[in-house]
Amino acid sequence: MQSIIKDGQIVQDGWQILRADAEGQYPAVAADVDVIVPLSQWLADKAVWQARPGKTAVWLAPADDPQLLAADLAALPLVAVDFPAFTDGRGYSLGRLLRERYSYAGELRALGDVWVDLLHYLWQVGFNAFEIKDGKAIDTALSGYDTFTERYQSTHREPVPLFRRRVTSL
Amino acid sequence: MYRYDEVDHRIVRERVEQFRDQTQRFLAGQLSEDEFRPLRLMNGLYVQRHAPMLRVAIPYGHLASRQLRKLAHIARQYDKSYAHLTTRQNIQFNWPELAQVPDILAELAEVEMHAIQTSGNCVRNTTTDAFAGVAQDELLDPRAYCEIIRQWSTLHPEFAFLPRKFKIAVSGSEEDRAATQVHDIGLHVVRNEAGEVGFKVIVGGGLGRTPIVGEVVKSFLPTRHLLTYLDAVLRVYNRFGRRDNKYKARIKILVKAMTVEAFAAKVEDEWLHLKDGPSTLRDSDVAHYASFFIDPAYEQLQANPPEFSSKLAAEPAFARWVERNTRLHKRAGYRSVVLSLKKTGVPPGDISAEQMDAAADWADRFAYGELRVAHEQNLILPDVRERDLYEVWQLAKSQGFATPNIGLLTDIICCPGGDFCSLANARSIPVAEAIQTRFEDLDYLFDLGEIDCNFSGCMNACGHHHIGNIGILGVDKNGEEWYQITLGGSQGSHTTIGKVIGPSFAQADVPLAFEKIMTVYLEQRAVGERFIETVRRIGLDPFKERVYAKHH
Repeated sequence: MQSIIKDGQIVQDGWQILRADAEGQYPAVAADVDVIVPLSQWLADKAVWQARPGKTAVWLAPADDPQLLAADLAALPLVAVDFPAFTDGRGYSLGRLLRERYSYAGELRALGDVWVDLLHYLWQVGFNAFEIKDGKAIDTALSGYDTFTERYQSTHREPVPLFRRRVTSL
Repeated sequence: MYRYDEVDHRIVRERVEQFRDQTQRFLAGQLSEDEFRPLRLMNGLYVQRHAPMLRVAIPYGHLASRQLRKLAHIARQYDKSYAHLTTRQNIQFNWPELAQVPDILAELAEVEMHAIQTSGNCVRNTTTDAFAGVAQDELLDPRAYCEIIRQWSTLHPEFAFLPRKFKIAVSGSEEDRAATQVHDIGLHVVRNEAGEVGFKVIVGGGLGRTPIVGEVVKSFLPTRHLLTYLDAVLRVYNRFGRRDNKYKARIKILVKAMTVEAFAAKVEDEWLHLKDGPSTLRDSDVAHYASFFIDPAYEQLQANPPEFSSKLAAEPAFARWVERNTRLHKRAGYRSVVLSLKKTGVPPGDISAEQMDAAADWADRFAYGELRVAHEQNLILPDVRERDLYEVWQLAKSQGFATPNIGLLTDIICCPGGDFCSLANARSIPVAEAIQTRFEDLDYLFDLGEIDCNFSGCMNACGHHHIGNIGILGVDKNGEEWYQITLGGSQGSHTTIGKVIGPSFAQADVPLAFEKIMTVYLEQRAVGERFIETVRRIGLDPFKERVYAKHH
């Protein structure tokens, strides 16, 4: 079990992530484990993953096309997006697409190089769960949510941009 | 001028506190150098050759006198009593202490300023025509839209970590004075057949290592769709721009790789999902922002009042300054004054704390308290009564601001170069000074007429050398500084990338090469023909022949 942040709380979490090793091979995973599999594995063997006793979720790499998952989203308990480096911002767009275009309503988890300074951005684009990188404090990461109490743009959390709320209240 | 409301103040204060915390964690060893770098860059903080360098945002080049006084105070208190105006209409301090930067940001916040996104791989300071709102040829005042873009781009949660830096310029005039064709996105006002005003959207321009003139991805974007369309362009770039090679990461490479048609189609496809969404601008939204940019209480004046005309006739030096350093205004009896920061012996764009205070005072006395920073690195008083020009000239002279060289060869756009910048291959400041010294004779300088001279100390092209009529690029050859000359570049509505004339020059030979180029121009020019026009007409060969001719 590991600790993650979910919906503003630190919680224990049993999901295992399936990642390829240096040779591109995937380790075997016990049938009763809840596992987050890469999109390619999911697409290759969807029926097998769906039939196992453990739950299966899917993670996207930054270059993945979320449309490939669109038909499955309603049935998935969790979708994750990997941030191999915190400076790789593609996952923010994936978050918005999953939430806004494909109407994904379940747990959206950020994986990888994720820590306190990124949380407010990730939360705004639709992520609600965060696996904090090893070596980065998880308890203080919670403060990242409210680094900013207001924002200018239309986002997933607040679709009405500040200028509209301002002008409407004038 | 835009004024913060309580929410703007809160956002900037929260940013200061965020950065204070990040700096403290870095200094305490909780953030590695690699982790801190992108975070500090997004706050305009570089680590330079000698010390950190802090770049402060001057949104679309607008400055209030109280802000300029605060910048003077910061220069004195935290730096060496001067600062540097940049080609992106920003200002930078060259010697702050890292640990003091949060305090500087807190002081800036008091006067509605910040350093948010002045560097890093995010949307940078939006730039525009330095004469926005006072130009005679304006179809639309771009300032409200610039402010709308500033707010949209500030801490945009989807676009904080783009493949590379991202620059947007807006031009509201027929003549493009914002270099929209060499920006990641250029928005150039146009009128459609129905007479409506909108934006021509140009994407993928840029200088640097691969200079490219941008291409039109949308010939007419109704202004109400501005933000949703920007979101669409940025989303396509964020997802598909290259991240494997920083030299191929700009949007211009993506547009070229996809072809502009395919890129435009992809943006259109993305936009369909965003169009008419909540960010669509209503007239009332735009009116709210436009209300900050209304005309000051202009007087009803006659053009060329007698006291002004008589001084012009009596003092040739004043007339020369008026001709070069003032610009006609949309209102009769007013002019915009350009305070030259291109005095020989002072690095182009450098401004002392004393000069800042003085200019702030003149803005209050003569110009409704407002100033502009031009991308040519000069300071502008946009609204000065013609009857006050003589006094302003005398004051400007007293501060070394009155060199009558605006638009001339010695009004050099110049990056800080190897004296300050850790990226530079060569120094630019001493070479710029040598050119200024060589062409110091004002009669000669005036005779040469309008020439844009742009100087970059490295391929990053901060000095925009590609679009100078005559450009200089500092290059490194086996650890030695050399200077490559380009000719024929231009900005504006006919943006052109200049061409290299041949092998590069040693530092000491650059002024002589310039002189030879000017001699060819003087010999070949037709009556009334500007330098760039002669270059376009006769081509580079006559210049090459003279510059590289063997000595007899």
